[in-house]
Amino acid sequence: MAEKTLKLEIVTPEKSVVSETARIVMAPAALGEFGVLPGHTPFMTNLKLGTVRYVDDGGKERLVFVSGGFAEALPNKVTILAESAERRREIDVDRAKAALERAEKRLASEDREGIDFVRARAALARAIMRIRMAESPRV
Amino acid sequence: MATLKEVKLKIAAVKKTKQITKAMNMVAASRLRSAQQRMEGFRPYAAKFEEVLGSLAQSSADDSNPLLVPRESIKTANVLLCTSDRGLCGGFNANLIEKAEELANTLADKGVAVSFTAFGKKGRDWLRREKRTMVEQHIGVMGGTIGFNIAATTGRDMVSSFLQGTYDEVLMVYAEFVGMSKQLPVVKQLLPIPPLEIADEQQVSDEEATYLPEHICEPSPEELLGEILPKSVDIQIYRALLETSASEHAARMLAMDNATKACNDMIESLTLAYNKARQSSITAELMDIVGGAEALKG
Repeated sequence: MAEKTLKLEIVTPEKSVVSETARIVMAPAALGEFGVLPGHTPFMTNLKLGTVRYVDDGGKERLVFVSGGFAEALPNKVTILAESAERRREIDVDRAKAALERAEKRLASEDREGIDFVRARAALARAIMRIRMAESPRV
Repeated sequence: MATLKEVKLKIAAVKKTKQITKAMNMVAASRLRSAQQRMEGFRPYAAKFEEVLGSLAQSSADDSNPLLVPRESIKTANVLLCTSDRGLCGGFNANLIEKAEELANTLADKGVAVSFTAFGKKGRDWLRREKRTMVEQHIGVMGGTIGFNIAATTGRDMVSSFLQGTYDEVLMVYAEFVGMSKQLPVVKQLLPIPPLEIADEQQVSDEEATYLPEHICEPSPEELLGEILPKSVDIQIYRALLETSASEHAARMLAMDNATKACNDMIESLTLAYNKARQSSITAELMDIVGGAEALKG
């Protein structure tokens, strides 16, 4: 338990998004948000759509959008496997807004059943989360 | 003289073809590089995922998930056929299609109704020509930047069809990227998910596995496994798409390289023929002149 920092890795199938050291990591687990400090017990959980927050080596808080995935915490390492992940500054707000509009249109027009409806609702949630995060005030 | 001109035109034509094949070779090389980069980028995710999956499978009961249980009788099967959108890549697509046909025939012999999901235009065209059942087609995906969401969408569809009993088995035909000059058409079972035991044994023998601690899981390992297994299907599909894409570019590179070489050979032999014809016409002319001069003298 001597370590004072964690290695944080956030990877998606397309690329590795974050590979840094962090002092604390907070992630949105399916059963509720959890925080990891150095020396955490080995822990594994699935994540819901949301924001991973971590404090980097320099004491700055950073935000990363994640959707769908898993997190594994080890005493000195946190690995997050996400289907998609973006740092706050990398979020494409225009694209998210377009996605929001598309999803709203689909939700308004289609019958409230079937897989398309579920997909559209998920897309809507993702778009809202991205926009909210991108526009949140920086600490 | 007509033949002389014809040969000259032919040489010019072959030279132009060579320019094209050379350019295509270079384009394929750069595409291959980016395809390989994507495979590299995917590797850490896949490796980590497998590790997690292995450790979860160890800590939960074997047949706890319906995705792992093989059906007693297989009546319907779906085959994901990954080919390329474009041609001019040698026997690449022909090999894949041959493999798919072989698979479809063996399945049909067992009385299984086979349907296909086509990735790539070449596979789709073949399915259409042969009038085989095709449930879905994805054109314009292969060869370019393949997004994970296409694999995720297909994976979700396959898993839900499997669970509903629409398909008793889901298989994949794709090209494994072995190396620059070797691409292997392979068949892989996607659903039910093949037993994970083999992976486990490998993991135990790995040094890394020994340090893998028992995790606290939230929710239970079984539930987590239920979440993670459908994703492993997505990952398999994504890998197949990436491999096929890289293989396509490698095959095209090789085909174009061979074509360029063939062009060079052809230009060489045509030039030789041209020079021969030119020389013999000059000789004939000289003979004429000499003959004429001799006649005047006499």
